[in-house]
Amino acid sequence: MSNIPETGRTQRVQIRLVVIQVLVFSLLFTLGGRLWYLQIRNGQEYSDEARNNHVQQVVQPAVRGSILDARGVPLADNETRLVVSASRTDLLKMDDDGKGVLTRLAAVLGMKPKDVFDKIRLCDAKTPQPCWNGSPYQPIPVTDEATTQQALEIRERAEDFPGITAEPTAVRRYVAPGKANTAQVLGYLSPVTDEEITKAQDTDSPYLRSDQVGRSGLERTYDKELRGKAGVTRYEVDNLGRVIGQAKDDKAEPGSSVVTSIDARVQAVAEYELNDAMKVARTQFDKNTGENYKADSGAVVVMEAKTGRVVAMASLPDYDPNAWVGGISGKDYARMTSKKSNYPLLNRGIQGQAAPGSIFKVVSTAASVQAGYPFDGHYSCGSSYTAEGHTYQNFESQSHGPITLGRALEVSCDTVFYALGYQQWQKDGGMKPKKNAKDWFFKTAHQFGLGKETGIDLPNEVTGRVPDRQWKKDFWKANKDAWCEQAKKWPKKKDFNTVLAHENCLEGMKLHAYDSINYSIGQGDTLVTPIQMATIYAAISNGGTLYDPTVGKAIVSPDGKHVSMIGPKSHGKLPASAKTLKEMEGALAGVATRGTAAWRFGGWPQDKIPMHAKTGTAEVYGKQTTSWFATYTKDYSIVMTISQGGTGSGASGPAVRNIYDALYGLDDSGKQDLKKALLPTPQKSLPKIQHDGSIDAPEIKPYDPNSQKTPEEQTLAAVLGRRD
Amino acid sequence: MAGFSVSRYAPERSAWGKLTARDSLVRKLDWPLLGSAIALSFIGSLLVYSATRGRDSLTHGDPYYFLLRHALNTGIGFALMVGTIWLGHRTLRGAVPILYGLSVLLVLAVLTPLGATVNGAHAWIIIGGGFSLQPSEFTKITIILIMAMLLAERVDAGDQLHPDHRTVAKALGLAAIPMAVVMGMPDLGSVMVMAVIVLGVLLASGASNRWVFGLLGAGTAGAVAIWQLGLLDDYQIARFAAFANPALDPAGVGYNTNQARIAIGSGGLTGTGLFQGTQTTGQFVPEQQTDFVFTVAGEELGFLGAGLILVLLGVVLWRACRIARETTELYGTIVAAGIIAWFAFQAFENIGMTLGIMPVAGLPLPFVSYGGSSMFAVWVAVGLLQSIRVQRPISA
Repeated sequence: MSNIPETGRTQRVQIRLVVIQVLVFSLLFTLGGRLWYLQIRNGQEYSDEARNNHVQQVVQPAVRGSILDARGVPLADNETRLVVSASRTDLLKMDDDGKGVLTRLAAVLGMKPKDVFDKIRLCDAKTPQPCWNGSPYQPIPVTDEATTQQALEIRERAEDFPGITAEPTAVRRYVAPGKANTAQVLGYLSPVTDEEITKAQDTDSPYLRSDQVGRSGLERTYDKELRGKAGVTRYEVDNLGRVIGQAKDDKAEPGSSVVTSIDARVQAVAEYELNDAMKVARTQFDKNTGENYKADSGAVVVMEAKTGRVVAMASLPDYDPNAWVGGISGKDYARMTSKKSNYPLLNRGIQGQAAPGSIFKVVSTAASVQAGYPFDGHYSCGSSYTAEGHTYQNFESQSHGPITLGRALEVSCDTVFYALGYQQWQKDGGMKPKKNAKDWFFKTAHQFGLGKETGIDLPNEVTGRVPDRQWKKDFWKANKDAWCEQAKKWPKKKDFNTVLAHENCLEGMKLHAYDSINYSIGQGDTLVTPIQMATIYAAISNGGTLYDPTVGKAIVSPDGKHVSMIGPKSHGKLPASAKTLKEMEGALAGVATRGTAAWRFGGWPQDKIPMHAKTGTAEVYGKQTTSWFATYTKDYSIVMTISQGGTGSGASGPAVRNIYDALYGLDDSGKQDLKKALLPTPQKSLPKIQHDGSIDAPEIKPYDPNSQKTPEEQTLAAVLGRRD
Repeated sequence: MAGFSVSRYAPERSAWGKLTARDSLVRKLDWPLLGSAIALSFIGSLLVYSATRGRDSLTHGDPYYFLLRHALNTGIGFALMVGTIWLGHRTLRGAVPILYGLSVLLVLAVLTPLGATVNGAHAWIIIGGGFSLQPSEFTKITIILIMAMLLAERVDAGDQLHPDHRTVAKALGLAAIPMAVVMGMPDLGSVMVMAVIVLGVLLASGASNRWVFGLLGAGTAGAVAIWQLGLLDDYQIARFAAFANPALDPAGVGYNTNQARIAIGSGGLTGTGLFQGTQTTGQFVPEQQTDFVFTVAGEELGFLGAGLILVLLGVVLWRACRIARETTELYGTIVAAGIIAWFAFQAFENIGMTLGIMPVAGLPLPFVSYGGSSMFAVWVAVGLLQSIRVQRPISA
């Protein structure tokens, strides 16, 4: 049908028609190309997006496993509470960003509207608590203490409360059985952050948006085991979120329980006694500073000597871990993180470090023996020791004349150790150290596990410090600029700080005689943690094995069928022969029977339960002395410390004695009543968990500090209002 | 002008014989064009059904609500095409001024209380029974016809080689009247289509290059002026902003384009299968039976199915171009060129916006989208193309 134009249509029109045709088809090709680009080249990306689009997850949170004490008493479990939550995504869709709804909600809940707003705002660098640091797409709990009445009101008037839900939810509860708070050991939970979700995405335990994550303590260490696996039902939904089909259904698996070696009763005793010791210390006058002791913080660790298992660990000041449940309030958070409250979140058992003072002398003794000094040799115990023009006082004992190392340990004679430390320093070259200096005192401290973590199953343990040559160098490098800057004022200005800066600037990298002398009695730059010392004294008790302390004892599946034990692990042996250890034991027993701790162990049945102890009173520049008390029997090792608390035996002695009394069921006269004994031998068996998840936990009675006393003493205590 | 009159001397034939005779009207029709248009409408009805069967809020619980209406619209459209062929474009030529006048009146009626607003554009007349009229659709045809009539009159009469400036100015003036009204609705999408139609018509009419470039310049200047003077509504500005940056507001204005792109992109080569698309079943794409109908094809029929729609549109446009080139009068050429410009641009804009290469504008996809007025107008246009093709003489 070829048509030759009948009319004289011009060339112009013909050309333009071709142009139109070319334009039209280039448009179509553009569309085709773009279609290829979207569907073939990037198709996968868009199908993924489509999948996310239409699949809605309904998360059934897994019930978190319990944390149990050695006999099955729950330290942390769950209770069902009515949780009122607000969905930010829903609220932000409203014209007023949900302000109206939240104000109505506040009225129903009897809260201030501002408090409700604050609870659901998102945390960022500028926003103080309270705020939500979890995922913004997860409903944010406004309160977990709604009454049934309030929940009903919210549910019945759903049209007034769009985006608000009131659901019964399992929330964490820190039971504090028998007032055993155990706060820092248990830790706490807070909502998972977007960052953590992203980070854990491809691991074998990814987080869900609703997850709570253990932030410290056991909750953090055993988070993976405790958390379980949330149930996820994936629904296919339409654009309005209406369900149009079910894609996948994974049932929730509850978390495993963690059985700890903590004994709630002993823990309660330890907490009570530590607190009491600190209260008493605050009534004591400190001659050095001219005011009462501040006793601002303290810690006590009770450990099984033969396994390293922690039976009790208390740290003061402490806090109520339940404050974290359901989102911490601004006030609580401020209190827990402020300097004024002295940081109750710290677990001073593993995070508090201080100079050890004389309880360090077991290290010095072992070091001396390693350096070749006979244990039974004779060492002069004068009232002071002079070296390099300085005179060092014998702080803790009188002069005793020539005594053995054992006796020096027993009477805590500083001058004996000064001399040994100084001699070793000289042997190693003094100010011009030999290339391969023996450094017996430092080497031994490292072999005792100081200056590094014990490996306890609690997060953020600190290392303490062995101030050896390497540390001196590193410390000098880090500070020399500041020191040398300050030293420029010298010699015009000659106050203590400037002189010190001048010396440090010039020679701070070197190990001085006074460093070694102070170090030999655990003073100066040495830092240790209570858990390190408990581990060391337990090792002396058990024949020399340094165990990694553990709080977790076993992981038990929710049905009780699968138990995986957390066995004792060792991180080394003490560098001392069996003979030396035995000799040291004798000396430490002497401390308890006739030495510095003897006055605290009056009436102790030493023949039945041999007690070993060492007191320490550490000087801290600008502060009051730190009280240390390290003790052990054949089964337990107990170390207590009180910052700015006074002397070792003075401040910590009675408390430690009372803990032992409770453990062994002793009264003040040393009579043992096994019925009253809380734990005369360490708990060996695990609590039984039934297949339905329930546990046969024994009843717990709060600690009555007077129960161990004879009736007369109880009357006396009542009259005096306090003990000892 | 021989054509049909020959049959008068032929022996009597059966009705079927008449229809299928070598020289019959039916034989002369452009079947690839018609076939493609029918195929597009058929695919369209499937897509409309897929997009609407679950939208209870729109269908009042009857999954076939839109399908039935769509089929009815297509049927009416088809009948209008037959009628248009029967009458012939040359016969209609005489009635063009009346049709033009009627369409302008209808457009004006929208501005009276009879008019209704849908999706921000006050461009509708609700008839009732679920039907409504969008007069701007018909205006597209009458603009083509009135301009073609004016521009071709003296050229077809042999007086001129090209339309003179006066005629062009007059034609432009007549096109501008309904365009101004539609612009005021505001139905920017339709105005854009009409502007492209005017451009196509001018090109095909052989009007001086000065007019063509002048119009392009005026269009650009006008667009800039509209933008600068803030004559656009917020929703229109938001659409452009979302086009420039779809991530801007994925829950708000960017939502449409974003969801549309996800729907199409997730189709892949072969699609999820008809009625199987999760984006479609989940109703994530708004206006999916009308302006965003192409996303259903993209998701459920994949690159092959969506590509087939492009190919079928290509066939329609290719045949239309042939008709424009091969017809003997300038009038037919101009009408065909106007329709080509209309279909091509509207399809490009509609599919382009679902693919994210054009800003969102409320325009239906010819043959495929749900919508009576558009369907009628498009099929009338097919009727005009066929009529030009068969060189239907002026009937008595």
